[in-house]
Amino acid sequence: MQRFRRTSAAVTVAMVLGLAPGCSTSRAEDHHSDTLRVAGPFEIHSLEPTATSGFFTRLEVAETLVTADLEGELAPGLASEWASARGGRTWTFELVPGVTFHDGTPLTPGAAVNALDTVREDEASPLAEAPIEKISATESGLRFDLTERYLTLPAILTHYSAMILAPAAYDDEGRVAEMIGTGPYRIDRVELPASIEVTRFDDWRGTAPEIENVSYQTVSRPEARALMAASDQADVVFHLEPAGRQQVEAADGVELVSTLQPRTILLKVNNEHPVLGDLAVRRALSMALDREAMADAVLREHELAATQLLPPSLTAWNQPDLAPLEHDVEAARELLEEAGWTPGSDGILEKDGEPLRLSLVTYPDRPELPALATAIQASAKEVGIDIEVEVTNSTEIPVRHADDTLELALVARHFALVSDPLVTIADTFAPEGSDWGVHNWSDPDMSAAVDGLLAGPTEERAAELRRTVATIAQEQLPLMPVAWYRMNAAVGDHVDGFVMDPLETSWHLSEARWAS
Amino acid sequence: MVQRLPGDVAYRIAAGRYGYDLVDADAAAGVREELGLDRPAWQQLLGWLGDLGRLDLGRSLVTHQPVLSEVGYFLIGTLQLAAVALLLAVVIGCPLGTAAALRPGGVVDRLTDLWVALVRALPAFLLGLILIVVLSVHLRLLPSAGHGGSTTIVLPALTLALGLSGLIARVARDAVVETRQSDHVRFAHTKGLTDRLVLLRHVARNAAAVLVPYLGVQAVVLVEGVVVVEALFSWQGLGHALVHAVFWRDIPVLQATALVLALLVVAVNTLVDLTVLWLDPRPRRQEAMS
Repeated sequence: MQRFRRTSAAVTVAMVLGLAPGCSTSRAEDHHSDTLRVAGPFEIHSLEPTATSGFFTRLEVAETLVTADLEGELAPGLASEWASARGGRTWTFELVPGVTFHDGTPLTPGAAVNALDTVREDEASPLAEAPIEKISATESGLRFDLTERYLTLPAILTHYSAMILAPAAYDDEGRVAEMIGTGPYRIDRVELPASIEVTRFDDWRGTAPEIENVSYQTVSRPEARALMAASDQADVVFHLEPAGRQQVEAADGVELVSTLQPRTILLKVNNEHPVLGDLAVRRALSMALDREAMADAVLREHELAATQLLPPSLTAWNQPDLAPLEHDVEAARELLEEAGWTPGSDGILEKDGEPLRLSLVTYPDRPELPALATAIQASAKEVGIDIEVEVTNSTEIPVRHADDTLELALVARHFALVSDPLVTIADTFAPEGSDWGVHNWSDPDMSAAVDGLLAGPTEERAAELRRTVATIAQEQLPLMPVAWYRMNAAVGDHVDGFVMDPLETSWHLSEARWAS
Repeated sequence: MVQRLPGDVAYRIAAGRYGYDLVDADAAAGVREELGLDRPAWQQLLGWLGDLGRLDLGRSLVTHQPVLSEVGYFLIGTLQLAAVALLLAVVIGCPLGTAAALRPGGVVDRLTDLWVALVRALPAFLLGLILIVVLSVHLRLLPSAGHGGSTTIVLPALTLALGLSGLIARVARDAVVETRQSDHVRFAHTKGLTDRLVLLRHVARNAAAVLVPYLGVQAVVLVEGVVVVEALFSWQGLGHALVHAVFWRDIPVLQATALVLALLVVAVNTLVDLTVLWLDPRPRRQEAMS
């Protein structure tokens, strides 16, 4: 049903556009309003840091101790510097002096400890997984005592859930009642679940933002977002689907900005499945996939076809000279034949009387996933593999991972939930398995390489180990990459200096300007 | 009932809260422990009924907001949209239907038929998009999406009203035609009253007695949620709340929404009955006579 609605929506947009040519009527050139209007598909469910989906850090209302720059490198946030001692089991962070919260109170080490202690109670925050024994306030900063060596702590602190809020932000139960941060913008109005209005914070320690007010509005339908972008009803519109992108490209006075996201659409494979446990079958399935055609048809960009697991946006991890995953139907058939699979009467391969039938689970939250799933189904059929596609809720994947009933799942995995991809990659290849990563697969060389990286080797050695990780992933195919991901936004010509952060740590609106 | 739905409740709530990038077994376990989801269903239901007895609807499992304020917020959105849509539909539909009824088979009647067929055949989604393109993108009269400000309600309400106006025109037309053929109307004409007076005094009221219950049914449909239109225009209403509550297995919100909807249906029906009674005094008189 969901798919049908999406498809019919795309058709509808095309029809409406056909009915209404010349969407490029003159745009309002005079911007009387000093509010930058942002629209995007996601809703704001809560003020709880872990459940904010990053809205308040992206809008620069709240800040974290450490942040990430556009290249994903760690950069000072509320902490000016940090250092580790006791072999990475103690970390100290120095707070930037003279910072005030939006309620006028000063940022103290105690306030920062309070915010972090509250959030690490929340199991979903990456902070909850860090081996933190105690966070204590020092004279001018914070001290983390850890139970084990943990070199990625600063990277974990870049996650939006680690935002530092004023003590007055919390109610008696430790829940956030009001979003009181330290950023260049302060909250003017929040109307859950669909709108936020922020205004410039005059006591901000850095350069005052030129844009005085920013409003965010959730617009869940992509068709409506595209129309808003093309008709100057929003200045920045995030996440346009292919039909909407074409519409924006055809409109005057608005430009499409995009960047590769560190996200890969991949097939999560149960590696102890009687059929998929065989590397030959995994390789054959991978060869059967015509990734370029899929990327072209579904994502409308054939360069997004994944040639390896980690996308080029993760520059340190992507290995340009790694032999790419090829599409070769003949070779796939041969591999399957060697593995003992012979064509049955209906064209589906069989072995010992059992047909080669697999189930694939995916979810509609990202509309391209169901479309790609059916494309994978068609590709697999060509080599005699019958895949049954089930489109359901995303949570079915961790649930079926846990009870071991998962065979194949098509997921969009984000590899940089915190600024250092190593944290997510270590989780993805965890030998005990990972909800959104490997399933019943471990490899001693892979584990050694990941552990080696976590131990903080020299840069040269680290590059070598990252190469090992990428190579093993490519050869063993415990996860089968399908496509990379591009995120986009339509930005009005009257906005200058908009930059797109692949990690979405911030929307950097405080650095944007009105075009003169 | 929610427990019978496929999927694990704790995972669903966690996905609602954190977004699926952060959902894993640990997050789900955290939710399960926090909310005591391991308790048997009857204990959880009993707990909710107990709270309800104290007029405490609890907090949303996903957003932590008090259910009362959350459902209240969406309810106001729905009521606003339903009221404006219904009003617009009546304003468009009734005159059309009445005009058509004055000369059944005439040009106006045929045009009305065409109108009815057109607006009924267009899905609300397409109608909404056409309205956005025409009124918002080309003429720049109205904002295309959003919630808040007096103008944002116009497009979603108009989308619903246009679809509804066709049916209202049809029902109004038939009611007026039927009433006009009745004896008392012919008598009024015989008395020498002008067409205008007959229409206003005798036909309108009698036709309204037929139309009002029909409007009541439509009001209930509008209140119960028009998810597609709400989504297209980013209007915050109960339809949206209900769909999310089901997806996220947000039981307190689901229960409260169902409760509010049930109360609303009762309220609308009562209002309709009272209005009909006022419009059509015959049952009262019969009762008085017997």
